[in-house]
Amino acid sequence: MAKVRCLECDRELNVPSDAIEGEIVTCPDCGANYEVARSNGRIELRPAESVGEDWGE
Amino acid sequence: MVSSSMTSNGASLSIVFDRLRWEEKELLEKALRLGYNARLVDAKDLVFSTSGIGKGTRAGSAIDGMNLGDVVIQRCISHYRGLYITACLESLAIPTINGYGVAETCGNKLLCSLALARHNVPTPSTYFIFSAEKAIEMANNLGYPIVFKPIVGSWGRLVIPVKDREMMESIVEMREEMPNPLSKIYYLQEYVRRPPRDIRAIVVGDRVITAVYRYAAEGEWKTNIARGGKAEPCKITKELEDICLRAAEAVGGGVLGIDIMEDEARGLLVHEVNNTVEFRGAASVSSVDIAHEIVSYAMRVVRA
Repeated sequence: MAKVRCLECDRELNVPSDAIEGEIVTCPDCGANYEVARSNGRIELRPAESVGEDWGE
Repeated sequence: MVSSSMTSNGASLSIVFDRLRWEEKELLEKALRLGYNARLVDAKDLVFSTSGIGKGTRAGSAIDGMNLGDVVIQRCISHYRGLYITACLESLAIPTINGYGVAETCGNKLLCSLALARHNVPTPSTYFIFSAEKAIEMANNLGYPIVFKPIVGSWGRLVIPVKDREMMESIVEMREEMPNPLSKIYYLQEYVRRPPRDIRAIVVGDRVITAVYRYAAEGEWKTNIARGGKAEPCKITKELEDICLRAAEAVGGGVLGIDIMEDEARGLLVHEVNNTVEFRGAASVSSVDIAHEIVSYAMRVVRA
């Protein structure tokens, strides 16, 4: 389990170490959505895109 | 950025995504289980250029150093991002599921309705109008309720059962204020008298692999699973199979989600064909391994 901090409210978030890049992590405190990313083997978060007008099937 | 898992020296497949959902992970797992070299590729990291195009080779082996393999399953949640990445992939001679023409048709309700009509697939009566004044006039002439739909969009967003003239005028006024030019193309569809459910059938190649009823969530008119609707198994009758395969052929074929209503008087009517089919709801009640079927189809496309 990797520990990272919410970029919005600074809450500590636990991300499973086997998380796939692109998986969505939501901060339970502020609701911010992040995508799991990796840099040099380390888990990082990057802000997820918000729902677009052309999203869907 | 690529999430990769290599398990064999067999054919290779990329699943291009921009929002990782259950479906993409399921496709990856099934592809790996079938022994293919499979990977998830984040569309937001892709870069294409003209330099690899027109060289007479499958240039997919070298896009910004990234090997996309023998076939791509396009799974972008953003219609336009997926559409234009598919255009790039096809120009590089990389087989992509679904193809550009299919994605373009299915991602636009106007084009999709036209394709269905051209192929004599039963659909609700639908009207396309290109000015605010005419849209209101047409709705008044057709009578209410009538259904307004944006021509691009999904999950039932901004699909509105219009109850009366006042509501229609309000919708048109709002659409005219929106900056997107597509907001000013008006798509009106008859309000079909149907049970509080529709049918989602999944076509893979030349087969209807599964079908489910989708029941609207309580207090909802729309049946989309994304809006809280629930799924139940639906028997694939000869009539259902026939209309689904005709609808799939009308849009160009591939891996498709066919949405069908049961009209009280006319029977089955196709109202939508989905290009990047979401199948978590169907998988929860279907005995068919949908992801397995899709991956197997992708590999058949490579070998064809």
